[in-house]
Amino acid sequence: MGAKNLLSHSFRIAAKDLTELFRNRLGLVLLIVMPLFMMVMVGFIYPSNGSTLTNLPIGLVNEDLSYNSSTIPSPSQAFIMRLQAFNAQTNMLKLSNVSTVDDIKDMVQRGELNGGIIISSNFSESIMTGQQGVLIIMSDQSNPQVSATVQAALSAVFDQMGTQLAIQNVQPLNATNPLAVVKPYNVQTQGVVSGTPSYFDFIAPGIIAMTVMMSVMTGLPVAISQEKEIGTMDGMMVAPINRLSIILGKTMGQVARGLIQGVIILVLAVGLFGVTIHGNILLVFGLLLLGIFSFVGLGIVITSFTKDQETAQMLMMTLMFPMMFLSGVFFPIQQMPWYMQGVSKFLPLTYAADALRKVMVLGAGIPEISTELIILITFGVVMTVIAVPVFRRMMTR
Amino acid sequence: MMIMENNSIIQVKNLTKRFGKFTAVDDISFNVKKGEIFGLLGPNGAGKSTTLRVLSTLARPTKGTAVIGGYDILKNDNEVRKLIGIVSEKMIMYNRLTAAENLRFFGNLFNIPKDVLNKRIDELLELVQLTKWKNSQVGTFSTGMRQRINVVRALLNMPQVLFLDEPTLGLDPQSSVEIREFVKKLNQENGTTVLITTHMMVDADLLCDRIAIVDHGKIVALDTSTNLKKTISGADTTIISLELANLNQELIDTVRKLDCVDSVTQENSMHLRIIVHGSEAFDSVLDSVRVKKGKINSVQNLQPTLEDVFLHITGHQVRDVADQKIPMETRRRFGQRPQARGR
Repeated sequence: MGAKNLLSHSFRIAAKDLTELFRNRLGLVLLIVMPLFMMVMVGFIYPSNGSTLTNLPIGLVNEDLSYNSSTIPSPSQAFIMRLQAFNAQTNMLKLSNVSTVDDIKDMVQRGELNGGIIISSNFSESIMTGQQGVLIIMSDQSNPQVSATVQAALSAVFDQMGTQLAIQNVQPLNATNPLAVVKPYNVQTQGVVSGTPSYFDFIAPGIIAMTVMMSVMTGLPVAISQEKEIGTMDGMMVAPINRLSIILGKTMGQVARGLIQGVIILVLAVGLFGVTIHGNILLVFGLLLLGIFSFVGLGIVITSFTKDQETAQMLMMTLMFPMMFLSGVFFPIQQMPWYMQGVSKFLPLTYAADALRKVMVLGAGIPEISTELIILITFGVVMTVIAVPVFRRMMTR
Repeated sequence: MMIMENNSIIQVKNLTKRFGKFTAVDDISFNVKKGEIFGLLGPNGAGKSTTLRVLSTLARPTKGTAVIGGYDILKNDNEVRKLIGIVSEKMIMYNRLTAAENLRFFGNLFNIPKDVLNKRIDELLELVQLTKWKNSQVGTFSTGMRQRINVVRALLNMPQVLFLDEPTLGLDPQSSVEIREFVKKLNQENGTTVLITTHMMVDADLLCDRIAIVDHGKIVALDTSTNLKKTISGADTTIISLELANLNQELIDTVRKLDCVDSVTQENSMHLRIIVHGSEAFDSVLDSVRVKKGKINSVQNLQPTLEDVFLHITGHQVRDVADQKIPMETRRRFGQRPQARGR
């Protein structure tokens, strides 16, 4: 009887909250628009079809002018020809001839170039005398990301060109497989699942987990403190109902709201950005609910300690911001310094995002994410155990 | 279980409520009889609303307790809740729900069976002439309409005790009259006990069987309106209304200094309301005014009002404190326009 009443009252409160939500047109629009913005922004900033770098403006300086013969091209000229032939296939670079290294520096500073290739003055001589030819890649440090991409791309190009040259060089040895002589290791990369996941595949599960959990975590304190402020909370408090059904009903309303947002993002991710869900869709929703559960306690505690809506909202923002960046939603945790990694271990969002990623990208099942599940459940239980008495006390001050 | 001392439905025992160091309700005790309309009269901040919140289980007392309908508010709070209804100063209504949806929501929390509840909602809406607006969202209602439906909400569980916290605050005179008549009718027809807090003398005077005057968290007087007034209009005390053509501060001070004068209130530019005691008082007041060249237009012997009683007992006016709150709210609502101060 008690449990039945508790649930039925909770449902009434949740239904009331949702009716209010659906009648608030602007709020409803924002409910859909917010995740849409989030998704579109992240989706287009990090394009899903891998490396699409083309026409990077790069300056080329040939300091090696010692070997000048009209009939046989010098090693440096041969290098340039190969580079141009290679680039003709990929269109990755937009090469322009620059006379000196200082000119490259100037042009990088003016923003005309993203970097430069310098063929050292003794390049040809070194190669002819059986030594390594030195190539310098000059990068633009003001933009670490582009500079890293340029370096990686050029290194790969040079590596390939070097291999081609080496194969030619070993030809006289009459090896059956010249490539095996030059490069004895054949390195291949293979994912756990087929296809090549993009950065967006990495980020989508995290964003879904984050949006849903944060929508509940902010929604709950706001919903409760708002009712306290306008006075309607008294109407519920004066009814002979279990105090728990108020918090439970409010939570259910917010969970429904969060899940609606989650579904919107999921649909957008799949439909608009080509994210594929490898795991069980029910498990995805189960994980979202578990993530919410792990957060709700925290939301309730914060609700209990804040008197009005404004404070509640500000407090939530303060907590949410570091959580967004520390829980590995946008950047892999492994990239962070050890102390930040330590902090991230205390955030439930870390585990929810991680588990969701494993399920969505790698097609993991329950056994594979059992550690995350246990941590999330423990987190939720501990927070709820703390939250319920705190909330009860707050209700009858 | 239902032990009722001398048919009191509410027994308040040494109730104290502190907020930090501030004592809002200071060790008060009183009983309310079944079927009575009982008023807590006092300025804002006197502790009336806090008393009401504690009695309606919305706040826990720091010390003491109360028994309502035989149930202790601390030990059997849910039983108490079934017996009571509360109309607070703040509107307990969701703007985005319709009148009927609001009532159904709160009714459901009381586990009222669906058919009974639907019938009751129709009856209650009829009672306050809101049937026409049954399916309109409450946010579109006028203040008067909102207060009417707010009162009706408290009646969903057919409470034996109805708590009203400043029910006429911010209402126009006509709406106030409607609310007063409604409460009276409810009390007479259903025998509902009503506990009302107000700083409006009219409400208390017209409505309440008994009035407790509250000041600084304490009950300073408790009796019927008539008996309270008798305390100052006995053989010894007289209230004089004096109209002076040339009323000035010097005249007021002269009158106030007289031994026989208990209090002087300036009502407008020409009228003074003076409470005096002693058989010679009347003459002394008139003499002293004449000595100071005061031009007396008229003199009246007045019937005391509750305001006089309050002033007599507490030494300050209800408005002294009450007024501080109302202009603040008015200012917030109307911005900085001084002419919009009146309600």
